[in-house]
Amino acid sequence: MTIAARAIKFGDDINTDYIISGKHKFKSNDMVAMAVHAMEDVDPHYYEKAKPEGAFLVAGSNFGMGSSREQAPLVLIHSNTKAVLAKSFARIFYRNAINTGLPVVECDTDLIDDGDELTLDLEGGVLVDVTKGITIPFPPLPPVMAQLLADGGLVEHFKKHGGFALD
Amino acid sequence: MGPIPGKTIAEKIFSAHSGTDAHAGDIVVADVDFVMGQDGTSPLAIKALERMGVTQVFDPKKVAVVMDHSSPSPIEGVSALHTQMREFGKRTGVKVYDVGCGVCHQLIPENGHVVPGDLMVGCDSHTCTYGALNVFSTGVGSTDGAAAMAAGKLWFKVPETMKVTYTGELAPGVFSKDLVLFLAGQIGADGATYKALEIGGPVIDALSVDARMTISNMAIEVGAKAGLMKADAKTLEWFEGRGERVPAPVEGDADASYCCELVYDAGAVGPQVAKPHSVDNVSPIEEVAGTPIAQGYLGTCTNGRLEDFAVAAGILKGRKVHSDVRFIIAPASKQILLDAIAAGYIQTLVEAGAVLVTPGCGPCVGTHNGVPSDGENVISTANRNFKGRMGNGNAFIYLGSPATVAASVIEGAITDPRKYFGEGR
Ligand code: SF4
Repeated sequence: MTIAARAIKFGDDINTDYIISGKHKFKSNDMVAMAVHAMEDVDPHYYEKAKPEGAFLVAGSNFGMGSSREQAPLVLIHSNTKAVLAKSFARIFYRNAINTGLPVVECDTDLIDDGDELTLDLEGGVLVDVTKGITIPFPPLPPVMAQLLADGGLVEHFKKHGGFALD
Repeated sequence: MGPIPGKTIAEKIFSAHSGTDAHAGDIVVADVDFVMGQDGTSPLAIKALERMGVTQVFDPKKVAVVMDHSSPSPIEGVSALHTQMREFGKRTGVKVYDVGCGVCHQLIPENGHVVPGDLMVGCDSHTCTYGALNVFSTGVGSTDGAAAMAAGKLWFKVPETMKVTYTGELAPGVFSKDLVLFLAGQIGADGATYKALEIGGPVIDALSVDARMTISNMAIEVGAKAGLMKADAKTLEWFEGRGERVPAPVEGDADASYCCELVYDAGAVGPQVAKPHSVDNVSPIEEVAGTPIAQGYLGTCTNGRLEDFAVAAGILKGRKVHSDVRFIIAPASKQILLDAIAAGYIQTLVEAGAVLVTPGCGPCVGTHNGVPSDGENVISTANRNFKGRMGNGNAFIYLGSPATVAASVIEGAITDPRKYFGEGR
């Protein structure tokens, strides 16, 4: 499946407090309501920009550093973020993204500018910056994670297999 | 056949818990000895369990949920989440630590839920704290936590290990917090991403268990999966009377392979301060001394332990908190509160002008108990100073040791605590 959307670009070290601030995440379990606050401390208009047509969140290194809050990938999903593209990811965020079904791609994001039109075929391993007319290579997900994402996340994996069934 | 190469602490713990010969880079499905969630993460884990169709946890004695991040509840939304956690406890028999018990990372080891040699996961990034107790403990998200609660196991990538050794001796007025802030300044917020740390050397050996936990607590601030230390006589003594589980300490082999080794002379490290808005934005205190502050905070899973209260009380005894400063204190657990009362520290601190709040996370994560105002500077013993962390994106958070915080609240400005130690005292 190929996803097309525009890039919204950020810098390095975007932490989970920026993705969703603690003051919001502790209020409830309502991710739809919380999604309007996604990224607001670094871009107050993120939700308005991403929600209508979807967006790729493009960042530098160490995206998702900080807390274990799964609200982080969830609010991104609910703000219509199609995937996160970054030079590198913090460990817990990376796992949480896969577990909740948010695609994450590690690639050279210096090649992408804010507003660029991108297409991503995750299974096929093809990322294209349509605005620039370039294909950006990225390494495939580790097999365990590819399997979890293909199952639709960890909950669906559990439901399907009745527990862990990882090769 | 050549000699069998040695293993790191991480490789040994993952081997023992997965029944495989685990090496860095391997993916293993391993048994966990304990699973924990807090009030920001447990509700999502409970929801994930429901979606999985799971009604019971693998072993109620090996799971606990803790109300610490917003507790007692400041708003009705949180009250509803707390209710879900209490009902989950009733339904499954897992241990519920209700409001006022303390911060999860103090309660889990304090109550003997983990022992050296264990593998445990917690739905909170600072679960790495128990590395100081020779437990491979790491933070996971709510869905991973739910899977672990359901199955008693989880998949892991066995991490490479980075060895960090502190040589020399700490100078008076310099503490374990300064050592870990110094490390963050040296290697950066992603300096150990995906890796385990093995932290040791004569300086670590000389530290109390409380002080060691401060360092392991902040392993995540350099991206590490765990911040492991060996268990020595002090560690084993610390566990005495904390439950029936028998410690099985694990030490790294002399010929284990490490991805890199860092050696720092602790004697050359003075008090350190992390400046806004990142934990690796670290300076020696001389560079920030004099910065005015409006609020000080002593507490959290990093520095809310008895020793931290002893240090702060030692400095504030007979002195006063500056009239322009709010000084908030929160012991990391009810037990620490009781011990600090018995030792007279609470009396000293409150007399000096401190405001005591409920054992728990306090104002650390911006949910309640002391949200700073626009433009204000805060000096805190916590582990994170991200923009907005304490509930206001227009405030500025500095991190330091309990001694630095205590010295600073007296003067109303960031202050080198060394004048209260050693000869200058
Ligand atoms: S004290 Fe702060 S860092 Fe520790 S668990 Fe609570 S919110 Fe997290």
